[in-house]
Amino acid sequence: MDAIIGRKLGMTQLFGEDGTLTPVTVIEAGPCPVVAVRESGGRPRVQLGFGEQKAKRAARAELGHAAKAGLAAAPRVLREFAAAGEAPVPGAVVTVTAFAAGERVKVTGTSKGRGFQGVVHRHGFSGGPASHGSTRYRKPGSVGPGTDPSRVIKGKRMPGHMGARRRTQIGLVVAKVDAERNLLFVRGAVPGPMRGIVTVRKEGA
Amino acid sequence: MDRLAAVRREGLRADLPDFRPGDTIKVMVRVREADKERLQAFEGVCIGRRGAGVSETFMVRKVSAGVGVERIFPVNSPAVASVEIVRQGKVRRAKLYYLRRLRGKASRIREAQEG
Repeated sequence: MDAIIGRKLGMTQLFGEDGTLTPVTVIEAGPCPVVAVRESGGRPRVQLGFGEQKAKRAARAELGHAAKAGLAAAPRVLREFAAAGEAPVPGAVVTVTAFAAGERVKVTGTSKGRGFQGVVHRHGFSGGPASHGSTRYRKPGSVGPGTDPSRVIKGKRMPGHMGARRRTQIGLVVAKVDAERNLLFVRGAVPGPMRGIVTVRKEGA
Repeated sequence: MDRLAAVRREGLRADLPDFRPGDTIKVMVRVREADKERLQAFEGVCIGRRGAGVSETFMVRKVSAGVGVERIFPVNSPAVASVEIVRQGKVRRAKLYYLRRLRGKASRIREAQEG
């Protein structure tokens, strides 16, 4: 498998032997049982699970779904991926050993929510002058022409809710794999808060 | 959370002496030239430490041939082979940036009393 589900633990740094410093995000990934194998448009897809839910909390449907895959507990998270190579069977387990240091990966997660934000923070507008009698500190300015067309063009960048969206960071490199503790060290930053659920896929998968 | 803390702790080293701003220290730096590795000494006054845990760094200042030179080292970097305290100084602030505008006699630091 070329993908795994994990939890972002946070960032730290690693030193190379020659003193080079690598900023890394630590992701606790897997072990992810294969919960289902299905097909979509003629291509095989694999559903992976991550974490465990208390039987009391899981819905009956989730319990039944997990039981069908031979799992004791219902996974907390289910995600579906394109299957790479030979199709895995339900009951197989994907661990961080599917990844190796040096591999390029992309990491998908839900970015941190920023709430309702103005145009300066949300779209990088430069705002107005801070002094010399200006009162247009962080306003967006004109949103378009007047009588003709008498409307605002669709897609105009305006204030609104920022963050808390699904984002994929591409071109990241696996710096280290710790199979014993199920940890993946990825060079650079990854979307989402600490303890946020992320999926790691190999580049090209 | 503690899992991340455990990972961070692994990067820490315990072999360096407890030096402070104001101390004159000798840092042995691993230098790579072609494929030979050798140690280079950098001796000067520690003018500050910043950060915590794996990302902590310290700044060393020396005056070399009349020119002030400052280097920042990560405490936990393997490039820092060792640190030796040459002289303990007594100072009254954590960051000794004021040394930058002082020369010669004025930039001396009182020696700390033992104990």
